[in-house]
Amino acid sequence: MSIELKNITYTYSPGTAYEIHALKDINLNIPDGQFIGVIGHTGSGKSTLIQHLNALIQPTSGTILYNGEDVWEEKYDRRSLRSQVGLVFQYPEHQLFESDVLSDVCFGPMNQGMSREEAEEEAKKALLQVGFKEKNFSKSPFELSGGQKKRVAIAGVLAMNPKILILDEPTAGLDPKGRDEILDQIAELHKVRGITIILVSHSMEDVAKYVERLIVVNHGEIAFDDTPRNVFTHYQELEAMGLAAPQITYIMHALKEKGLDVDPDATTVEEAGKDILRALQEAGSPLLKGGRKDD
Amino acid sequence: MIRDITIGQYYPADSILHRLDPRTKLMGTLIFIISVFLFHTIPGYAVATIFLAALIKISKVPVKFIFKGLKAIFVILIITMLFNIFLTPGEVIWKLGFLKMTKEGISLAVRMAIRLIYLVIGSSLMTLTTTPNQLTDGLERGLRPLNRLHVPVHEISMMMSIALRFIPILLEETDKIMKAQIARGADFEDGNLLQKVKNMVPLLVPLFISAFRRANDLAMAMEARCYHGGEHRTQMKPLCYEKRDHVTYLILAAYLAVAITFRVVGI
Ligand SMILES: Nc1ncnc2c1ncn2[C@@H]1O[C@H](COP(=O)(O)OP(=O)(O)OP(=O)(O)O)[C@@H](O)[C@H]1O
Ligand SMILES: [Mg+2]
Repeated sequence: MSIELKNITYTYSPGTAYEIHALKDINLNIPDGQFIGVIGHTGSGKSTLIQHLNALIQPTSGTILYNGEDVWEEKYDRRSLRSQVGLVFQYPEHQLFESDVLSDVCFGPMNQGMSREEAEEEAKKALLQVGFKEKNFSKSPFELSGGQKKRVAIAGVLAMNPKILILDEPTAGLDPKGRDEILDQIAELHKVRGITIILVSHSMEDVAKYVERLIVVNHGEIAFDDTPRNVFTHYQELEAMGLAAPQITYIMHALKEKGLDVDPDATTVEEAGKDILRALQEAGSPLLKGGRKDD
Repeated sequence: MIRDITIGQYYPADSILHRLDPRTKLMGTLIFIISVFLFHTIPGYAVATIFLAALIKISKVPVKFIFKGLKAIFVILIITMLFNIFLTPGEVIWKLGFLKMTKEGISLAVRMAIRLIYLVIGSSLMTLTTTPNQLTDGLERGLRPLNRLHVPVHEISMMMSIALRFIPILLEETDKIMKAQIARGADFEDGNLLQKVKNMVPLLVPLFISAFRRANDLAMAMEARCYHGGEHRTQMKPLCYEKRDHVTYLILAAYLAVAITFRVVGI
């Protein structure tokens, strides 16, 4: 079970004055069960890339294989593909339309052919899993806050029981608390349901904390595709692309330069904290004894 | 998918036509349209063709784009031609039942076709070389005398430019919402008419909501910047005629004179 992209290129408005080459020769293999981050600056082609994964847009050239089958073959059932590869778009208000939250989440499952009762069951399960409170189930989606709307949108796709869940900037426009909550719940989904998660994001901090594989997109090409740890060692190149490594990477590099024997590639604050303590201990630093005289 | 629809598309290029004052271009289009109706003989059409071809050459817009606009009127063109060919009384040259093809009909049909085609090409040449903003600016200035008759020229042109600006935004929005719903298993293609209409609900509700939200935001933003009608407003880029505009007016006048002369003399 996997998605494979082979030499994908995509051009918006080909043959006009507004032609944009959004993707250039992308090769990618997404096996089952991974937690993947996709990162890149504004306009680098992230949204365009992920829309290829569930056959929403047809590549200008190249092939996309899902479980070894070409999804753009004449007879291929793309509707069934879309219910296996769930995609949550960048702005959730784009898809809510029903008069109450529960019905809206039922839309997807019912399109899959479930009865209203079955769909409601899936919908409730999905809503609770993304941390949406039961007492709000009968509210209109339009009187919800941004964070709640986002949860409903994610639940709307989750209720279809996809094998792969793609989220386009699920944390845009949320406060730090809401952001952490949503990301934690997504990580929880990955654990509980064991589904593949592809998380598109601007924030290196978010991505570093959760994902096991990081794909960096730059000007429609894949610049890096590796573990976050390995990607962040290229922090100078990332900067040149208008991205930044997590702040902790900078601190660790600065410490290393000043002579402290730390591992500069630590990616999360926790990891780095431990490593700094260890290095200080090894160096027998007076900092640890509370003494500051010789520092 | 839906983005492929183009309405009055502007083609960015650097040519004299692009730089002309929009009022000059509006007047030019008007004169060209009048001339197409004044000419009615082969030499006349030859003059119009040369004039149009020269403009296209100067505009630096690829010919492909100019003919794109013709696709839209193709059906109308065929129907008009058929009506003219078969329903004009005159010397019958071919007969099928009650349908009579006449010599006069054919000549009228050809003339109508030429006029229609030139009309469309002429006006698309203007929209291709003028941004919608310039166009409304030009209209506003050109129609200013109507202010005396209490026609709210500024408000009308403001509404026009906002509407023009919203078309691509709404198309883009439609595209996004459609994709979001297709990702949730929605189907916009299959089914009978009733089902199709029902299937549009998940598209139309969010689209209307977002259109109203945008309109509201825009109104708020305009208010926040103290926008108030047209009275005593100045423009950021006031229109002002340059030498090239005066030269163009001279050429246009000469062209119109030729058209009138042809008509009067009857060539
Ligand atoms: N519908 C469209 N029509 C034409 N061009 C588009 C369209 N959507 C995106 N583009 C262009 O394609 C390029 C890639 O856009 P894309 O939306 O994939 O970027 P992104 O990485 O998702 O950016 P962001 O971080 O802002 O969401 C951009 O240059 C953009 O202007
Ligand atoms: Mg995007």
